[in-house]
Amino acid sequence: MISTARRPGAAHRIAAATRLLTTPLLPEDYLGLVNPLWSAVDLRGRVEAVRHEAPGAATLVIKPGRAWRGHRPGQWVRVGVDIGGVRHWRTFSLSSPPRRDGRITVTVKAAREGFVSAHLVNVIRPGAILRLAPADGEFTLPTPLPQKLLFITAGSGITPVMAMLRHLTAGAADIAVVHSDRTAGDVIFGAELRGMAGLRLHERHTSTRGRLEPAELPEICPDWAERETWACGPGEMLDDLTAFWAAAGAEERLRVERFRTVLQGGGEGGRVTFARSGVEVDADGSTPLLVAGENAGALLPSGCRMGICHGCVGRLCSGKVRDLRTGRVHGDEGEIVQTCVSAAAGPVEIDL
Amino acid sequence: MTDHLTTADHDTIAAELDALREEIMSGLGERDASYIHRVIRWQRGLEITGRALLLASSLPPAWVAGTATLAVAKILENMEIGHNVMHGQWDWMRDPKIHSTTWEWDNVSPAEQWKHSHNFVHHTFTNILGKDNDVGYGILRVAPEQRWRPANLPQPLYNLLLAMFFEYGVAVHDLEIDKIRTGRADEEVTRAKLREIGRKIRRQWGKDYLAFPLLSGPQFVSTLAANFTANVARNVWAHMIIFCGHFPGDVEVFEEERLDGETQGEWYVRQILGSANITGGPLFHLMTGNLSHQIEHHLFPDMPSNRYAEIAPRVRALCEKYELPYHTGSLTRQVTSTWKKIVRYALP
Repeated sequence: MISTARRPGAAHRIAAATRLLTTPLLPEDYLGLVNPLWSAVDLRGRVEAVRHEAPGAATLVIKPGRAWRGHRPGQWVRVGVDIGGVRHWRTFSLSSPPRRDGRITVTVKAAREGFVSAHLVNVIRPGAILRLAPADGEFTLPTPLPQKLLFITAGSGITPVMAMLRHLTAGAADIAVVHSDRTAGDVIFGAELRGMAGLRLHERHTSTRGRLEPAELPEICPDWAERETWACGPGEMLDDLTAFWAAAGAEERLRVERFRTVLQGGGEGGRVTFARSGVEVDADGSTPLLVAGENAGALLPSGCRMGICHGCVGRLCSGKVRDLRTGRVHGDEGEIVQTCVSAAAGPVEIDL
Repeated sequence: MTDHLTTADHDTIAAELDALREEIMSGLGERDASYIHRVIRWQRGLEITGRALLLASSLPPAWVAGTATLAVAKILENMEIGHNVMHGQWDWMRDPKIHSTTWEWDNVSPAEQWKHSHNFVHHTFTNILGKDNDVGYGILRVAPEQRWRPANLPQPLYNLLLAMFFEYGVAVHDLEIDKIRTGRADEEVTRAKLREIGRKIRRQWGKDYLAFPLLSGPQFVSTLAANFTANVARNVWAHMIIFCGHFPGDVEVFEEERLDGETQGEWYVRQILGSANITGGPLFHLMTGNLSHQIEHHLFPDMPSNRYAEIAPRVRALCEKYELPYHTGSLTRQVTSTWKKIVRYALP
């Protein structure tokens, strides 16, 4: 269906010849029946173990397929999981450094309203096949490694940092970690962190001592401003830290990683952006996206205009839509929606 | 035929059918997903088995078994998988590998063009004379409302040829030969479509009539013959099932005026009046791509096909309640009836 990237030489010629035999499918569509990990195009992984990590948190050990190109400690990966027959994508930090056995781990904390994270923590069992996207992100260690490092994390913000800490050989640098969580028992990787050699750990338990204020830092880590710093946690904490570092004129030494939050809910109508057409228009909650776009001058694919032919579909980049036939509000990043029977439920961006 | 229905009746029919659709669509889940995954696994397994058997195609038993297996695989691929995936029946799973926007099928008709002529034109304008090219496929006269021309005389023979080479008939469908003949088609668009069809034919022929025959070495000719036979068998079967969907007995055709201000309820009723089912067991339904539930499919073209059998009794009950015909019959009866029409309307 989609041709693979060109690779020179005999392997490429053999692959091309095999595709001749399997057209209109790809050889791996058949090979995948034997082992889903053999795919060179569709990146997949098999869950090999699910380890309980802390209350509501688990680490998935995943064997990635042939198409995995590796990662740097601190990067994140998008994971696609089928729940109730429907594919859902979420982004998680990789908690493992590159390993000799090629396995990767993601550590997931079940969010209160996140049924995908809850599924990954509580339901998924070894043997399950996940979809993966290539690792990405700039929240990583530089080369050469700085002499003094500081990591400030809270809650599941420890996960990308854990990959870096595990990667740093003991004694290679002067490492300080300031980690906040509700109680000692809630700390993900608590035991491992406390036992790590060559690492200065300051744990902050917010249920008894409240949130960490940046102003407390000089007391905890006097040379904080001289250290290359990585921070990961709730948005508010990162905002406070950014302001604190900026005030000290040390902002170039602070790197922050924000976990993207999934937009929830959605109202009646909203700003609709047709990304490829470059058209933006305000649409109400009862006008189909197709009509709103056409009225604003976008040249959009269309068909039956009654929701049966799927000739008008577009990929949702962000936001939620309302199905005008049922009133149901839905929308997930990457979902394909029928523009002729969908109206905006809040701001919407669609790849059309 | 529908004079007994009031506007209010049409509105309640629409409301009842909308509710039925919503009930099924909101209940889709694991069971449905594993159904399509299972069918795809079986289809691919059968195809590999068929191709493997045909590597020994010079042995008559291997030839027969291989050809039959490959034909079954091709039928499943085109009907229960390809047709239904391209309808968007499985889009809700959000799996790009089983999605209407990415699927390409084992057929010389390019997916993009087929989706336009079938999903949009045929399913929206079902049985409207002059709008729905599936009424007689542009070469057959299947209703008295269509003007007779001497060219209709040999149409039983045309239909036989169309059956054998059905995929080519489907491939040229979106070209809208009528428009080309009368100069209403954009030449550039037509040329682009033809190029795409040419590319698809080259790939399909390259596989069935060159690559696999070559793989079987000295048995080149017998493998080629087997692949040709499997393609023809698939074509004849698909043609038969599809023709039984809209042509038997009392199935109605409509004039274009019917479209003026047509409500959702009237659209639903037209789908019921213009479609016919075929009775049979679960295996038969599977082999028809569940087009044996043509009425249900035309009411809800993007509902997963494994659910049609489940809703059929309820659709039938609705038809009885509103005194609407629910055309159905055995395969023999529907095929006979279709052929009778094609022979009858060959004459003025």
